[in-house]
Amino acid sequence: MSAGANQPEFSPNTFTMDGIEIPFKDGQTLMDAALAAGVYIPHLCHHPGLTPHGSCKLCMVDIGSGRASSCTTPAVAGQQVSNNTPALNEARRTLTQMLFIEGNHLCPSCEKTGNCTLQAMAYHLGMLEGHFPQFFQRREVDASHSTVMLDRDRCILCELCVRASREVDGKNVFAVAGRGITARLIVNSPSGKLADSDLEIDDLAAHICPVGAILIKAHAYEIPIGWRTFDLRQIDEIGPEKVIQARVGHTDD
Amino acid sequence: MNSVGRTERTEPLNVTVAGACAQSRHLLEVLCILQQQLLHLSDQTVCAVSEHLGLPVGQVESVVEFYSFLYKTPRGKYHILFSNCPSCGFRQDGRNLLHVLCDRLHVVAGETRADGLVSVDETSCIGMCDQGAALLVNGIPITRLDSVKIMRVAERVETEVALSDWPAEWFRVEDNIRRSGLLLKNGFAAGAGIRAALARGFDATLAEITRSGLRGRGGAGFSAGIKWALCREAQGTAHYVLCNADEGEPGTFKDRVLLHSHADAVFEGMTLCAAVIGAKQGFLYLRGEYRYLLPQLQTMLTHRREVGLLGNHILGQRGFDFDIEIVVGAGAYICGEESALIESLEGKRGVPRNRPPFPVTHGYLGQPTVVNNVETFAAAAHISLRSSAWFRAAGTEKSMGSKILSVSGDCSAPGIYEYPFGVTMRQVLDDCGARDVQAVQIGGPSGTLIGSAEFHRTLGFEDLPTGGSFMVFGHERDLLAMIVNFAHFFAHESCGFCTPCRVGTTLLKNGLDRIANGHGTQYDVDEMKRLGILVKQRSHCGLGQTAANSVLDCLHRFPHVFEQRLAQDSHEPCFDLDAALEEARRITHRDDAAAHLD
Ligand SMILES: Cc1cc2nc3c(=O)[nH]c(=O)nc-3n(C[C@H](O)[C@H](O)[C@H](O)COP(=O)(O)O)c2cc1C
Ligand code: SF4
Ligand code: SF4
Ligand code: FES
Repeated sequence: MSAGANQPEFSPNTFTMDGIEIPFKDGQTLMDAALAAGVYIPHLCHHPGLTPHGSCKLCMVDIGSGRASSCTTPAVAGQQVSNNTPALNEARRTLTQMLFIEGNHLCPSCEKTGNCTLQAMAYHLGMLEGHFPQFFQRREVDASHSTVMLDRDRCILCELCVRASREVDGKNVFAVAGRGITARLIVNSPSGKLADSDLEIDDLAAHICPVGAILIKAHAYEIPIGWRTFDLRQIDEIGPEKVIQARVGHTDD
Repeated sequence: MNSVGRTERTEPLNVTVAGACAQSRHLLEVLCILQQQLLHLSDQTVCAVSEHLGLPVGQVESVVEFYSFLYKTPRGKYHILFSNCPSCGFRQDGRNLLHVLCDRLHVVAGETRADGLVSVDETSCIGMCDQGAALLVNGIPITRLDSVKIMRVAERVETEVALSDWPAEWFRVEDNIRRSGLLLKNGFAAGAGIRAALARGFDATLAEITRSGLRGRGGAGFSAGIKWALCREAQGTAHYVLCNADEGEPGTFKDRVLLHSHADAVFEGMTLCAAVIGAKQGFLYLRGEYRYLLPQLQTMLTHRREVGLLGNHILGQRGFDFDIEIVVGAGAYICGEESALIESLEGKRGVPRNRPPFPVTHGYLGQPTVVNNVETFAAAAHISLRSSAWFRAAGTEKSMGSKILSVSGDCSAPGIYEYPFGVTMRQVLDDCGARDVQAVQIGGPSGTLIGSAEFHRTLGFEDLPTGGSFMVFGHERDLLAMIVNFAHFFAHESCGFCTPCRVGTTLLKNGLDRIANGHGTQYDVDEMKRLGILVKQRSHCGLGQTAANSVLDCLHRFPHVFEQRLAQDSHEPCFDLDAALEEARRITHRDDAAAHLD
């Protein structure tokens, strides 16, 4: 990271984020580079190794006077990026509230509590209430599959399961249908039911859900509340990636 | 996908689906054909289409649920959609024409009558704002509605008169060209632009387009010449030309008129672009609301093939091969956004892509693609024929040439007005016979709301850019109702991809409804502002980024519009208890005083 002779301020392959110099390789996004450098940018729809999506907008940053989603924006040498600012975190808190009130998130009765990235994000951003009136949307539960359960009440439409199935599992189990506030996760099978799909318990798609929308049956509450991932640590200490890795490992045995 | 559809016998369904699949290679078109024939797309139909086309059933389902003109439950044999645009809307002389028709036909808006004969609903602006109130019946527009005509429509529906036997006069759509400029005044003989380009050479033609300063007429105003040059340089196995005829911005109808009366110039502009970038295939993406123009446009394409203006060796030039296919949308404003349009063309939901890469390098099927507006292509054809100097002679330094405006609302002569860029709003208002004007919405709901203090401002990229919509609101208009209408439009048209727009547009809609209904407080107004800024700044695409413009403009320029509606009590509950009882009232068939809380 030593500065070149002609460019006193930046070596060609670094940018700054909140004043910290971050190196990057050609083609890396701001998010990739920041994660590799151990800098946390809040994110819900991003997972390293899957095609970036850019839909949750939690990862938004300011670049000079411009704005960008860091998970989809290529890093450019010399950029000055703001990430951990009060204004951005306030906007992120509002977006998190939007995700809460759009679905039906009753944390105390959800198996995912303590392991849920959305909940951890809310804590991280200091969100104390949903703020907006609840939408109370009616959403369908699919318990047809022998080992995996789909509760759409909690789906935040991040499409991690959609991409994991296509890009890692080599299948195409999930899709999003519809438009606007009525958009919903669907299962790509003739009956629309998980039981008719080729989803298997070892698929990444069965484990990648950041919230309690896709749950593994018969493994509920194996780790007691109070001892769960985000009961012990903040989301910005570990990021959700490691949680997912641990989860896949856990059910593999 | 799990609802029990109507019982359908498998054999005939398969035959019907096979027939539709044989008619088009585009999923959206196949689904539109089946929607017309079967009146809905049941789970069985979705599965059959997926089998026939070899597509995942999830993809077919996701598309069916995305587009407004495709339905999972049966519509009526007569399916009637009123345009709910604030200019051409269905409220006339204090009467709600939609209610008049529903009452007369005993049908509930949004539902299909029990006998399956008729369904009535509303739809986003259908681009007939200069023709009075308008509706679509089975996709065909009827204009200049009034309550008398509504009664006649009802009669014909009840007695099941075939649409072909309804008075032809009802379906007439006028051009209403009130003022002609560069493009509308000068005639254009088919082939003239291509001949000029062949004589000049394609490199020189690109240089001519660039020199003309022509900027995109559909939105962002990007230089057409630079766009074509970037696409030409991009590597790919094929290059494509797309004409954006989605014209979904409420209050815009100039592309309708260009396609109706000047389509040769449009097709010719596409052909020139193909010559420049090396494309063999072009598409015109026509909004579903303009499907009635399809036969006429197809005839025109056939004619152009016959006279050697399309097909192989155009005008005898070896290797100059190009053809145009028309693909029709199915009711989705977002499909006017160029990358969503490309997704739609590829048989998917119209969700805008991440950029970079841009369509000029990774467009249709991942290949280099030029997307331009209808008017941009028409202007390019004229420039090839008449030179860049001719074009630059009109307009201003940063906005060369002319702009075609769609003028509607409270004025005596709504219609099409073509001006050199730089014209003042006052000039337009004088010309269209607008008196006593409160405000003008420039560029549609996504544009700018301007009050009378600023009518000296000019149209052009320097001051007020516009795709062409110019809606006049007289002093009688309830401005807040306009803002509420726009908020409903955006909530309905949001594609649902990103959080700020998907949830934010609905929150804005709910909040504005609350204020308009007299239940809002200063707190709600402040919330609208805070939310509006978030949606504007953080949304993924232009739809979300502009969805709050009208609210923010109105708060800025017409704050009293909100203030005079606020509830005096600052402790209004956010929950409307009486409204929550509506379902119970409906189930029990009660609407008496005791069934209400107030
Ligand atoms: C929500 C949305 C809707 C749009 N609708 C249209 C449209 O109907 N017609 C159009 O030409 N451009 C539309 N655009 C702009 C297109 O994305 C694109 O910029 C344009 O087609 C490029 O052509 P031009 O450079 O010739 O204007 C829309 C953009 C957005 C964000
Ligand atoms: S089910 Fe989970 S992973 Fe899939 S889209 Fe919904 S929230 Fe995301
Ligand atoms: S801004 Fe709205 S229309 Fe655009 S991608 Fe986001 S949800 Fe879709
Ligand atoms: S993490 Fe970037 S938009 Fe969701």
